[in-house]
Amino acid sequence: METALDIVSWVLLVTGSVFAMIGGLGLIRLPDVYTRMHGAGITDTMGAGLILAGLMVQGGFSQVTVKLILILIFLLYTSPTSTYALANAAFHRGQKPLLGKPGHGKEDDQPSKP
Amino acid sequence: MLHSISLGLLLFGVWLLLSGFFEPLLLGLGVVSCLVVVLIAHRMDMIDREGHPIHLGWRIVIYWFWLALEIVKSNIDVARRILDPKLPIHPVLIRLQASQKSELGLVIYANSITLTPGTVSVQVETGEILVHAIAKEPAEALQQGDMDRRVSAVEGPAEGGGKGEEAA
Repeated sequence: METALDIVSWVLLVTGSVFAMIGGLGLIRLPDVYTRMHGAGITDTMGAGLILAGLMVQGGFSQVTVKLILILIFLLYTSPTSTYALANAAFHRGQKPLLGKPGHGKEDDQPSKP
Repeated sequence: MLHSISLGLLLFGVWLLLSGFFEPLLLGLGVVSCLVVVLIAHRMDMIDREGHPIHLGWRIVIYWFWLALEIVKSNIDVARRILDPKLPIHPVLIRLQASQKSELGLVIYANSITLTPGTVSVQVETGEILVHAIAKEPAEALQQGDMDRRVSAVEGPAEGGGKGEEAA
């Protein structure tokens, strides 16, 4: 039982770390502010979520798990809010998003009217 | 009133879980501090449908599970795009109709959009959200309006019932 829990927890921790690294890689590979936010989003949700879940398995039914759950809840409320603040600030400052396929240099996808 | 009681119970529950104390004196102090917080929040007029939305009930919990699944799916999609050597992204900006009636519903919708990787809400206005998507597929998925409908369902019937509605 102990080993099974350890395996589950390690799988969660490692998968979470891999997703966090993919998010970091996205920060480097993606071309502009707005697309990079999508990369950061992976670290925020999947990376942090899986790592916290892995730690919860280690914590078992204890106070530690309760605190981890609270951390997860706070994270899920604050990270989209701060991402929105960042995106909104960039947009208001006049930062133009790269649109369309990168490398084509053609901005064909203007915001579609409703 | 219902909101104040619910907030007090919630605060005390969190206090119990985080402290783990069960001696009478400390329990009493915990109760007193929770009451003081509720009192202050009441004086600041912060206890309302927006600050403490108990009217969402279980619908929001069910919505969270659905949202979690969406987050996992879009995470895998965006991770694949990042790892692909060709970097198959096609960023678009779209305007989305938001059918939510309250600001709370609008915030839930905008935050859900941002929380799912691949889409970020850039500007929120009444009835309309400007969304940046990393590719056409996630943008089209949003335009189909599945998430919009679900958030509106969570939000429940129109505001304005006020206190009478909550008492029911």
